Amino acid sequence: MSEATGLKSWLTTTDHKRIGKLYFWTAFVMFLIGGFEAELIRIQLAKPENTFVTADTYNQLFTMHGTTMVFMALMPLAAAFFNYIVPLQIGARDVAFPRLNAFSYWVFLLGTVFMNASWLLPNHPAPDGGWFGYATLTERQFNPGPNIDFWLLGLQILGVASLAAGFNFIVTILNLRAPGMKMMRLPVFSWMTLVTSFLMITAFPVITVALVFLMFDRVFGTHFYLPSAGGDPVLWQHLFWLFGHPEVYILILPAMGVVSEVLPTFARKPLFGYTVVVYSGVLIGFMGWGVWSHHMFSVGLGPIADSVFALTTMLIAIPTGVKIFNWLATLWGGQLRLTTAMCFALGFIALFTIGGLSGVTHASPPADLQQTDTYYVVAHFHYVLFGGTMMGLFAGMYYWWPKMTGRLLSEPLGYVHFWLMFIGMNLTFFPMHFTGLLGMPRRVYTYSHDLGVDGMNMVSTIGAILLGIGMIVFVYNMWRTRTKGAVAGPNPWGGATLEWSIPSPPPVHNFDVIPTVTSRLPLWDSPPAPKAPPGHVHVPGGSWWPMVAAAGLPIMALAPLTRTLWIVFVGGAVLIYGIYRWAYEPFEV
Amino acid sequence: MSHAAATTHYTSMGLDSRKMGFWAFIGSECLLFGSLISTYLVYQGRSVAGPTPSQILNIPVTSISTFDLLMSSLWMVLALAAVQRGDMKWAKIWLLGVAIGGSIFLGFQVYEFSSFVREGLTMQANLFGCTFFILTGTHGAHVTVGVLWMLTLWVRAMQGKLGPEHAMTVEIAGLYWHFVDVVWIVIFTLVYLLHK
Repeated sequence: MSEATGLKSWLTTTDHKRIGKLYFWTAFVMFLIGGFEAELIRIQLAKPENTFVTADTYNQLFTMHGTTMVFMALMPLAAAFFNYIVPLQIGARDVAFPRLNAFSYWVFLLGTVFMNASWLLPNHPAPDGGWFGYATLTERQFNPGPNIDFWLLGLQILGVASLAAGFNFIVTILNLRAPGMKMMRLPVFSWMTLVTSFLMITAFPVITVALVFLMFDRVFGTHFYLPSAGGDPVLWQHLFWLFGHPEVYILILPAMGVVSEVLPTFARKPLFGYTVVVYSGVLIGFMGWGVWSHHMFSVGLGPIADSVFALTTMLIAIPTGVKIFNWLATLWGGQLRLTTAMCFALGFIALFTIGGLSGVTHASPPADLQQTDTYYVVAHFHYVLFGGTMMGLFAGMYYWWPKMTGRLLSEPLGYVHFWLMFIGMNLTFFPMHFTGLLGMPRRVYTYSHDLGVDGMNMVSTIGAILLGIGMIVFVYNMWRTRTKGAVAGPNPWGGATLEWSIPSPPPVHNFDVIPTVTSRLPLWDSPPAPKAPPGHVHVPGGSWWPMVAAAGLPIMALAPLTRTLWIVFVGGAVLIYGIYRWAYEPFEV
Repeated sequence: MSHAAATTHYTSMGLDSRKMGFWAFIGSECLLFGSLISTYLVYQGRSVAGPTPSQILNIPVTSISTFDLLMSSLWMVLALAAVQRGDMKWAKIWLLGVAIGGSIFLGFQVYEFSSFVREGLTMQANLFGCTFFILTGTHGAHVTVGVLWMLTLWVRAMQGKLGPEHAMTVEIAGLYWHFVDVVWIVIFTLVYLLHK
C-alpha cells in the first residue's frame, strides 16, 4: 500500500503516526525555543547586578520559559509518543477518532503560534506574569498591556487541544485494544497514557474556568479576583493549583511510562511488579487531586488545611517511591545493555529521586515557608521536570526513534548527548538548592554581590551552556541519522511489545493482520505470528475540516485581544462551518 | 463495509466509541460546571454592593422556564424512542419540540438577564453579578449549542437522512441534552431555591 506524500497529505492527514510526528517536531522546536529563553535567563544571572536584559524582558523570559516548557514542549512531546506509539502498542490501526486527533494537533499548533506571536509585535508584549499568572498581578489595573491577554487566550486554546486529545486516548485505549489485550496486559506506557488522559480531561476544565474569570475581569471589568469589590485573589490560586498539581502528574506519568518500557527491554527482564507499578500510577492520578494547597502554604490557610495538605503530599510520595523500587528491582539480575536510551532511563531514576526527595521537604509547611519563592523550589521542579520528564522523554526518543524513522540514532553521539545533559543538568540545578536556602529569591532579574551566591550562579550558568551544547549534539545526531543512521529493522532492541512486531517505520495501516494477544510480553512469550498476506485494509482518507475548525479558535481569541466583539462571530462561524463539514463529510474509520 | 468491520464495529468494551467518548466529555463538563458552581457558592453573600439575590431573583418566573426545560427532556426521550423504532413522523415532531422547548428556556433567560440589568444587576455591579451571569450564561450557551444540535437533527430528519440506523447519533445528542438539564436542576436549586 503506497502512502501519499506532499504538503496536502500532511495538512489533511488523520494518520496517528503522521500526527505524532507533527506533534514531535512542533514540540521539539518549542523545546529549543524554551531552552533558548532559559539560556538568556542564565546569562543574565551569570554575575550580580548584570544588565544583559531589562527587568521587564526578564519577566517575559521566565514567564514564557515556564509556559512554553509545560504546555508547548513537554506535554506535546509526550503527546507525540501517545500518538505514535499507543495505537501500535495496543494493536490498533489508528486512534478512535482520527479527525479529532488532527483537530487536537492543529489547535495545539495555532495556540502555540498565537501566544508566541506576542514576541514579534512592536515592543514584544510577551506574557510577563509568571507561568502561574497570580492575580492580582495579572489584572488590568496592574498589567494593562496585551501581555496577559496573549497568555490567558493562548492557554485557553491549548486547553482545547489537551481536552480533545484526552477524550481520544481514553476511548482508544479502552476500546481499540487487539483481541486478548486485557487491561492488565497493556504495556505500562499505554497505561500511563490512559491515566494522563483522565487527568487532562478533568484538570483542564478547572483552569479554563480560572482563565475565563480572569478574561472577564480584564475585558468586561468584573471583580472575580479583585479585593476592592470583595473578590479574592486566593480563588485564582485555588483554581490554578487544582489544575496545576494534576498537571505535574500529567507531565511526569508519561515519562514514567517510557522508563517502564525501556528498563525491561535493556535489562532483558519483565518489569518487576507490573501490577503494582500500574496501580501506583492510577493511585498517583487520584491522589494528585488532593495535594494542591501545598503550593499555597505561604498564603496562610490555617493550621488544619496546612496539616491536611502536608499529610496528603507526604502520602503521594509512597506510590512514587514504590515505582522507583520496582524499577530498581527490574534491573537486579538483568542482562543490562547500557544503550543511550537505557542511560537516559537510569538518569531519570537518579535525578527524579533527588527531585522527589526535595519535594517531600516542601511538604512540611514550616520548611516550605523557608523555601517558597526561592531557588530551592526552582532546583526541585527542574530535577522533577528536567531530570525526570525530559530524561524520560529523551529515553523515549532514542528508544522509539528507529521505530518512527526506520534508522537508529548514533550511539556514540548519544552518549555524548547523555553525559552533557546529565552533567549540565546537575551543574545547573544542584547549586540552586544552596542559592535558594541562602535566600536568593526566584523571578528577580538580578541579585546583589552581598548575598554571597556569585560563584554558585556562575556554576549554574556554565551548566546551562553545557545543556545547550548537548542539545546541539542531539540535533546534529538527528540530522545525521536521516542518511547515515544504521537501518533498524522491525525490532532493533529486542523489545517485547507489539510496536516491535511490525516494520520500521510501520506501514500506513500498521498491522497486516490485527494480532491476537496472549500475554503481557507478546514478542518474548510467543513465537512471531506467521506472515499472512495482507488483505485489503481500509485506511481513512484525509480531511481538511479539523484544521478549518481549529482555525476558528485563534480567530475568536483575537476578539478579546483587540477588544473587538464582532471578530468573535467570524471565528465562531469558521469553527461551526468546520464542524458541520466535518460531521457530514463521508469518512469511514 | 465488511472489510472495515473489525475496526468499525468491534470494540474492546462492547460500547460504541462515540458514546464512550461522549461520557468522558460529560465527565469533563462536570468539572467545568463544578468549578463555576463552587465559585458561586464561595462568593455567596460576599458582595459589597447590591442588588442581592433575594432582592432580584424571580423564582416563580424561573420555575416556569425550569418546568419547560424539564419537559424538553421528556420530549428528547420520546424523540429517541421514535427514532429507534423507525417512526420518523413522531421523531421529527419531538426533535422540533426539544428545540422549541430549549428556545423558550433561552427566551426566558434573555428576559431575565435584561430585566436584571434594568434593575441594576450587571456583571460589574457586584460579586453576585459576576458569578451569577457567568454561571447561568455558561449554561445558556450550552442550551444554545443543544438547540442548534436538535435543529440540525430535525433538518436531517426532514431531508430523510435520519433513520433508525442513526439512533446512536440521536442518543448522544440526548445524553448532552439530559446532562445540560441536570446541570440546570443543580443551578436552580443552589442559586434560586437556596438563595441567601
